Amino acid sequence: MKKSIVSVLFVAFAMLGSVNIAHAAGDAVKPPKMEWSFSGPFGTYDKAALQRGFLVFKSVCASCHSMKRIAFRNLEALGYSEGQIKAIAAEYTVMDGPDDEGEMFERAARPSDMFPSPFANDAAAKYANNGALPPDLSLITKARVGGADYLHAILTGYEDAPEHVHLMPGQYYNKYMSGGVIAMPTPLIDDQVMYEDGSPTTVDQYASDVSHFLNWAAEPELEVRKRMGIKVIIFLTIFAFVMYGVKRKIWSDLH
Amino acid sequence: MAGGQREKFKNPAVEWIDSRLPVFTLMQKEYGVFPTPKNFNYFWNFGAIAMFMLVTMIVTGITLAMQYTADTALAFDATERIMRDVNYGWLIRYIHMNGASFFFIAVYTHIFRGMYYGSYKQPRELLWILGVVIFLLMMATAFMGYVLPWGQMSYWGATVITNLFSAIPIVGDDIVTLLWGGFSVDNPTLKRFFALHYLLPFVICAVVFLHVWALHVTGSNNPSGVEAKGKQDTLPFHPYYTMKDTFGLVVFITIYAAFVFFLPNALGHPDNYIPANPLVTPAHIVPEWYFLPFYAILRAITFDIGIPFTDIVFIEAKLGGVLAMFGAIVMLLIMPWLDTHPVRSARYRPQFKKLLLVFVFGVFVLGYAGSQPADRVYWQTCIGSEAACAVDDHHGEVAHAAPAGEDHAAEEKAPMVLKVDNTMLAQFFTVYYFLFFLVLLPLLSRKEVALPIPESIHQAVLDKKAAKAADSK
Repeated sequence: MKKSIVSVLFVAFAMLGSVNIAHAAGDAVKPPKMEWSFSGPFGTYDKAALQRGFLVFKSVCASCHSMKRIAFRNLEALGYSEGQIKAIAAEYTVMDGPDDEGEMFERAARPSDMFPSPFANDAAAKYANNGALPPDLSLITKARVGGADYLHAILTGYEDAPEHVHLMPGQYYNKYMSGGVIAMPTPLIDDQVMYEDGSPTTVDQYASDVSHFLNWAAEPELEVRKRMGIKVIIFLTIFAFVMYGVKRKIWSDLH
Repeated sequence: MAGGQREKFKNPAVEWIDSRLPVFTLMQKEYGVFPTPKNFNYFWNFGAIAMFMLVTMIVTGITLAMQYTADTALAFDATERIMRDVNYGWLIRYIHMNGASFFFIAVYTHIFRGMYYGSYKQPRELLWILGVVIFLLMMATAFMGYVLPWGQMSYWGATVITNLFSAIPIVGDDIVTLLWGGFSVDNPTLKRFFALHYLLPFVICAVVFLHVWALHVTGSNNPSGVEAKGKQDTLPFHPYYTMKDTFGLVVFITIYAAFVFFLPNALGHPDNYIPANPLVTPAHIVPEWYFLPFYAILRAITFDIGIPFTDIVFIEAKLGGVLAMFGAIVMLLIMPWLDTHPVRSARYRPQFKKLLLVFVFGVFVLGYAGSQPADRVYWQTCIGSEAACAVDDHHGEVAHAAPAGEDHAAEEKAPMVLKVDNTMLAQFFTVYYFLFFLVLLPLLSRKEVALPIPESIHQAVLDKKAAKAADSK
């Protein structure tokens, strides 16, 4: 039994060592840990927060950032009905074609369409943004150390630059950005987006909501994954106990 | 395996097949009644666990390949499509992704077991070498697999690692061109990596077959390191070890599942969720965790080797690093001839045991060093003017500009900075790594006086029981 504990500890140690080494870099201020409804093994998304976050994304972020891996139909996960999704999609126009005459044409988006990007291509996006490319937001929380915490921190971390930092035109100071310099102007201001559910219209609330939403965009499978995970772990734990019993029983004539 | 020595099976269908092709006899002999030392501890589970992981990786890998596209313009999107639109694609990919890590956890534990209990010693040298070959093939497979999603770390990891081969004199650059299929990591590289990533697991299967074959010729080693001498020392593999292995495997899978479902990206790097961009280099290029000790050894060689005080260089730092990294694995290959001590198990070799555990600790430290920027400073002290070498706590770097007013003082007493940085840490444990194999093992082989070893496995089990009984009193 002692030996088995040793081997389990060995594995645990091996993994502990590997968890933190994955995040080596990062010389900026560490983003504060936030409380998200989706963190932890039982975490789920808060549909109201997702809808508010989508609203912030749609009215603020989307003017520069694309979210090209998400289709309108995916918004069902936010609690919208089929009709509402159709209406949301119809607000956008997408290029389609060629038609019977070989012409490309514009039409209103359908639920099966992906979110159209604000710029035709990366070069156009850079040209319109002082040479900086606004990253696609479909995977942003998975693509940054700290995930949603980091995103919330960046959105609320704008400050006047300290004296030793010299900003070029088109640069801004953000204490959570690696190196402190960011090309994105302060995106959120208080009372910028009207909420229908009476939630506070503050920068902090906007930042939380849109981070919540973008975490969903990056990990839409999160709820299903965690729910399944709980069942799998329960099953495996029971199975392990059963197997331990079987093993004990079989070995009992030797002990 | 002539038909005459075969025992008949009662089931007529089984008997019909077995009399023509004795697969049932084979299974019965190798996995049914196969005599196995009765004193295995749970470290002996990891062979079976590694086998399970190999099968898991092949099954999930083939499933992923059905939806994946090996093309630089499409690979990242194809991977995301699997994550979002393919039914349970996220599950299969997360099992595969984390499976690589857990395969390595199992195999590293398996290798440690072999080292600790002397499983590499006569007559199991070839068995051990086949194991090291499997390990090498796994590293190649894992490396190429990591390139396939075509994220930033995929691209830049591939660039850094393939560039290593350019250090080989004369033919190096040609080898790199051949690996790339062009003049940089690009579409041909991705396509050949995909082809090879699909091929190598089956090569691994073949070598695993040889590994298991060799094992069944010599029989298993065991914690006492004493060969099994008769019936009282062994148990039939089934049901004793099939059930014990299954229990250990289920515990292992439970931890594995916890990562797949709750921390699927904890072992990976966030940068790999950014599509590969040849024009933007990530701040720190870090390989997957299971390569980090070797990466640290690679980076530890920061100096040219030649005749001191002249310009003559025999081995440039880059080649030196590559040689050290591959040398680290060659050490494992030749381990059976470096350690010729007659006693196998570290249980009865107190000095070997200590040095081996320090070695394992060193490998962990090397792993940590591999994950950190090379110039990271862990500790430093100033001799002379304090202000001139003030440390910026956030960055762990020496502030180069001394405050204006004290410029003068700094010039007068040039400060001496004593420091330990990441490179030095890696160098220290790299030296120990090779010292352990090349000096300490041969030395111990000649000098170490082992504790008395038990007469037989049976005796070892009885001794242990007696010790346990005495303990509980």
